[in-house]
Amino acid sequence: MYVAVKGGEQAIARAHRWLADRRRGDRERPELEVAQIGDQLRLAVDRVMSEASLYDPELAALAFKQASGDLTEAVFLLRAYRTTLPRLAVSEPLDTAGMRIERRISATYKDVPGGQILGPTYDYTHRLLDFLQLAGAEVPPAETRDDVTDAEPCPQILELLNDEGLVEQAIDDGSEPMDITRDPPDYPMDRAARLQMLARGDEGYLLALGYSTQRGYGRNHPFAGEIRLGQVEVEIHVDEWDETICVGEIALSECQMINQFGGSREAAPQFTRGYGLAFGHNERKTMAMALVDRALRAEELGEPISGPAQQAEFVLAHADSVDASGFVSHLKLPHYVDFQSELDLLRRLRREHAARQAELDSARDTASPQPEER
Amino acid sequence: MTCTSRGARQRLLALSSRQHIEARWGSLGRLPGHRCLRGPETGMAMLKGRIGATGNAFHLGEMTLTRASVALDDGTVGHGWVRGRDHRHAELIALADAVAQHAAWQEALETQVLAPLADELAARQRRDAATAAATRVDFFTLVRGE
Repeated sequence: MYVAVKGGEQAIARAHRWLADRRRGDRERPELEVAQIGDQLRLAVDRVMSEASLYDPELAALAFKQASGDLTEAVFLLRAYRTTLPRLAVSEPLDTAGMRIERRISATYKDVPGGQILGPTYDYTHRLLDFLQLAGAEVPPAETRDDVTDAEPCPQILELLNDEGLVEQAIDDGSEPMDITRDPPDYPMDRAARLQMLARGDEGYLLALGYSTQRGYGRNHPFAGEIRLGQVEVEIHVDEWDETICVGEIALSECQMINQFGGSREAAPQFTRGYGLAFGHNERKTMAMALVDRALRAEELGEPISGPAQQAEFVLAHADSVDASGFVSHLKLPHYVDFQSELDLLRRLRREHAARQAELDSARDTASPQPEER
Repeated sequence: MTCTSRGARQRLLALSSRQHIEARWGSLGRLPGHRCLRGPETGMAMLKGRIGATGNAFHLGEMTLTRASVALDDGTVGHGWVRGRDHRHAELIALADAVAQHAAWQEALETQVLAPLADELAARQRRDAATAAATRVDFFTLVRGE
């Protein structure tokens, strides 16, 4: 039960002013610019865009600054802003095969057309703190390979290397996907709707669930078939033109996981797949998403449902950090009346308990043998 | 003179930065006056992905999108769309769309705005590709004697 509580306006105003002061920090140092965040803390920006489900690097950087670096708060800010905008268009499905590649690796095939491109990765770093960064050392520019005149085509590996039909194919049957921002989720949910929910899901949560499948709670034997990061052009339909039009580029991360076999009496055994796609450079997120996507296909693939990651309603209903932090945070709201009624109840229960106890004691007293009189 | 198609022009201008377009736009000289018919206004586009990159579509999330429609003084209408929230960028694309419909401006637009922007875009994409290629793994165990 909630009741309106008046008062505290001045305290709130002063608390917010202190917050802004803390955020600004030492006035001797220059203030952090939003453009610097977009430029130098881009992985945080990408995570905010991905979980807020709105691609706008500048606003995600602003949200990150405004939230003093609290990613969950920043996601909430950007998600809230999203509700103020009208939807002007729907895109054509993004063509990740046509991605301008910044990174592309496969853990299943070494020698692939287009090659293995490491890109700007933290892999192979020694995870030793770099004290040169503390000292503000100059950073040399990235190297380029001058014999490259044009990007070599990088076809989707799973499409390319599947002559034998060993890997399950993803084929478009033309069905229109559900949109969870328009229609409330309803279980059981199809794979397209599940992926929309996972795409905005909290990375830490998905990472933990993906990890749980590797540790045996719904094991599905994954291999990273292909991971790619890069720029993809966005094409939309508009009423004014017959053809679709390109309105710009966005950064995307994609993970194609290959998992152990499925098959049936009719279909020969083949590798199954899990899929992850996210805004920006969000490799770990897409890997976790692909693991969870595959785990959630348990029923479809006739597997026993034994792990938490395979339970769609549990996984999906708790994946959104805005929902989760909202409901947890509401515990901070005044519950004075609610708590008062609990206190009253508790006092009554204790009175009743004491009365029962006294009754028992007196019953014991009468039942117990009296000391013999001499 | 090659003539950029309407779709290719919209794409080129959407992929070019507003600063780059503005820098070239001045060279067109005095353009006819215009008024905004719609916008510029910012909203969102819902982006779709495909399950497994080739399968059924799903909704990935939204992005900010700005659109503008302009009418030149003689009534010629142009439209422009661009990712993000830059109103001037969308308006410039719409203006280019309108101006391109006039024979008198077409050539100047092609040679002084679109062609240099196409060169800049190609150079940027080549540079990106060369940077990525520098991190390509050469598996020395795969080198065969030649």
